[in-house]
Amino acid sequence: MSPAAANTTIDVKTLVIDGVDVSARADQTVLEVARENNIFIPTLCHLDGLSDFGACRLCLVEVKGSPKLLPACVLKVQEGMEIVTKSDRLLHYRQTILELLFAERNHVCSVCVVNGHCELQSMAQSQGVTHVRLPYRNPQLPVDASHERFVADHNRCILCTRCVRVCSEIEGAHVWDVMGRGIDSMVITDLMQPWGESTCTRCGKCVNVCPTGALFDKSKVGSAHPKYPDFVPYLNMMRECQ
Amino acid sequence: MTSEELLQIAETTVAERKEFDYELNVCMALGCMSQHSDKVKAALTEEVAKSGKRCHVRQTGCIGPCAAGPLVSVGPTGTLYGNVHEDDAEAVVASLGGDPVERLQTHLQHYFEGQHPIVLENSGQIDPEKIDEFIGRGGYLALMQVLTQMTPQEVVEQISRSGLRGRGGGGYPTGLKWGTVAKAVGAQKYVICNGDEGDPGAFMDRSVLESNPQRVIEGMAIAAYAVGATKGYVYVRAEYPLAISRLTVSLREARRRGFLGSGICGTTFAFDIEIRIGAGAFVCGEETALIASIEGLRGQPRSRPPYPAVSGLWGSPTLINNVETFANVAPILRNGPEWYSNIGTAKSKGTKVFALTGKIANTGLIEVPMGMTLRQIIFEIGGGIPGGHKFKAVQTGGPSGGCIPEQHLDLPVSYESLIDAGSMMGSGGMIVMDDTSCMVNVARYFMEFCMSESCGKCIPCRTGTAQMFNLLTKICNGEATHADLDLLVDLCDVVKNTSLCGLGMTAPNPVLSTLRYFKDEYLAHIENQHCPAGVCACGSRVVAAEEVMA
Repeated sequence: MSPAAANTTIDVKTLVIDGVDVSARADQTVLEVARENNIFIPTLCHLDGLSDFGACRLCLVEVKGSPKLLPACVLKVQEGMEIVTKSDRLLHYRQTILELLFAERNHVCSVCVVNGHCELQSMAQSQGVTHVRLPYRNPQLPVDASHERFVADHNRCILCTRCVRVCSEIEGAHVWDVMGRGIDSMVITDLMQPWGESTCTRCGKCVNVCPTGALFDKSKVGSAHPKYPDFVPYLNMMRECQ
Repeated sequence: MTSEELLQIAETTVAERKEFDYELNVCMALGCMSQHSDKVKAALTEEVAKSGKRCHVRQTGCIGPCAAGPLVSVGPTGTLYGNVHEDDAEAVVASLGGDPVERLQTHLQHYFEGQHPIVLENSGQIDPEKIDEFIGRGGYLALMQVLTQMTPQEVVEQISRSGLRGRGGGGYPTGLKWGTVAKAVGAQKYVICNGDEGDPGAFMDRSVLESNPQRVIEGMAIAAYAVGATKGYVYVRAEYPLAISRLTVSLREARRRGFLGSGICGTTFAFDIEIRIGAGAFVCGEETALIASIEGLRGQPRSRPPYPAVSGLWGSPTLINNVETFANVAPILRNGPEWYSNIGTAKSKGTKVFALTGKIANTGLIEVPMGMTLRQIIFEIGGGIPGGHKFKAVQTGGPSGGCIPEQHLDLPVSYESLIDAGSMMGSGGMIVMDDTSCMVNVARYFMEFCMSESCGKCIPCRTGTAQMFNLLTKICNGEATHADLDLLVDLCDVVKNTSLCGLGMTAPNPVLSTLRYFKDEYLAHIENQHCPAGVCACGSRVVAAEEVMA
């Protein structure tokens, strides 16, 4: 085989996820392969079409031979890998991570605009979080309603940085970023200008990819507020076609 | 620069040194500088000029026993004066050639006896800002030898054979790391020196950079040759201004002498180093966060793999080693890997620099062979606990490490033994605690550190450390229940196993190790609202009669 022909050959790997034999391209992540095979791995910061951040730690899986748990969203497949995505230990960790999120800021579903359309809420349901064992921190956080169309409610933010990534990678504006560190981290627009006075292009991508009620549309306050984050892969595909 | 020129510089420096009858080496590292050793040096220089004696007053790096500073060592007799004030200059200069000044003499024979200086061999002996003094003590011989007589593969092989392991804390075999970067494919490769030392109570890297920066530069140049890099960065934290200024001078000097730049030592090898100053984030000591910081991004770690050896700075293969690791390189190549691997234990070779702090008589910087017991380090070199107090625990490994109690004092210090004892080697900080320290409060202190230094990227570290800190505060205040303790233990497990980087993964260690050895103190706070050490303001603590009298 000539070197040129070798380059065009697709490198295929086979691996085992939850006892199921699956095949994958060498450049795929474990999360992609699992979803192709209808194996559900919970995620919050991951969004198809955006770069992976590896921060929510919900997609951690057990890999045979590795002492550490590894995040499926950035874990590249390898030949002969044996992966477990569901175990009592993983479920406990996922539940505790969700509890940590609920206790971190003021996630009060009953008075949230996206109640019923929230990824955090449905994730807690799917992972069986029935109550929060940790004391609530109840921080005092601002609500930025300076934008003519949208509101940023930091009480609902889980710092997944989807808004930061979509604004930078898809819209190309990079209005959003993260300020501060640790428990004091906060997403900001520009250099912490009010959203309404920032360089925001008013495209609304951040609002649609936000998994919670942290970013929402003013016109939908008080009513159902479905979000449509699926546009990102479509947009990427259309751009690649050009 | 050829090897003949190098030898000539060395000979000239040695000859210049012989022109003086005496030398006064004044410690001008940060510890003594904070006690105004610069004024002492100025006063000594003035007195020497007045007396007309042929004496060289030199600024040097760290001499070691910082607690006795400002320190002045006298050559050729080797007398060491401590707590020297500028008013003492006259007496010190007058005593040259006669009996030493008794009242200033330190009696620290035990402090130096057990030590084995390799990294610190020039520390306190040379002026850190004068490259020729370094050359006079064998500096850059190893680089010359490597560039003119060895292939890169041979260098990697020698480092592997020496058994040197990463001195930043992890203990990853250095030779293996070098070999991986050397094999990695890339048009451009980088060498980074990690000087972002941030553990509370640790100052080894700072002292090395302040006392012998040329040694680090030489180590980096050798590493660059071995892995095929042409560009290097030293990442130093902004809190070390003296180290940065000495390093800046040293880089300029090294360029002047032709050890950096192009055509180094008359070969085709080219390499140069830039300084990058950290903005004060502990997490930037983590290699992927450090790389992000050098790239000008927010200092946040990312998931590994890919490891920096494959995809590091700007996506290129990158070698990252700690300051102390680079400082070990030249002596290994000069004396051979067997010489180095004969020192230390079976798996941990060579020596380790430790910063002794806390409740210990001789606070300071030491370098001991691996395998020395904690008891020897603390009671022989460190001089034991002052004020008649009783030893309680020694904290190693900074916020990632743990507390080792008295029953493990005879533990030989090595990477593995410290991990077995529930702590870790870390970068080399050793904080000694006596019976006046409350272990719950110590755990709370380190948790507060981790909480405020967490970058905030991953959920377990960002909010888990905050929750654990609140629980520890509750215990310290005597308001906690057994359920809180169970929750704390559970959170330790979650944060340890789910965090993104080393900071989060090791953040629970101070809690876990104190729970392992001092659970009774936790229970005393919870069940009796009583702090046995009398540190925490628990509700029902009875004030002892003698405290009222005091």
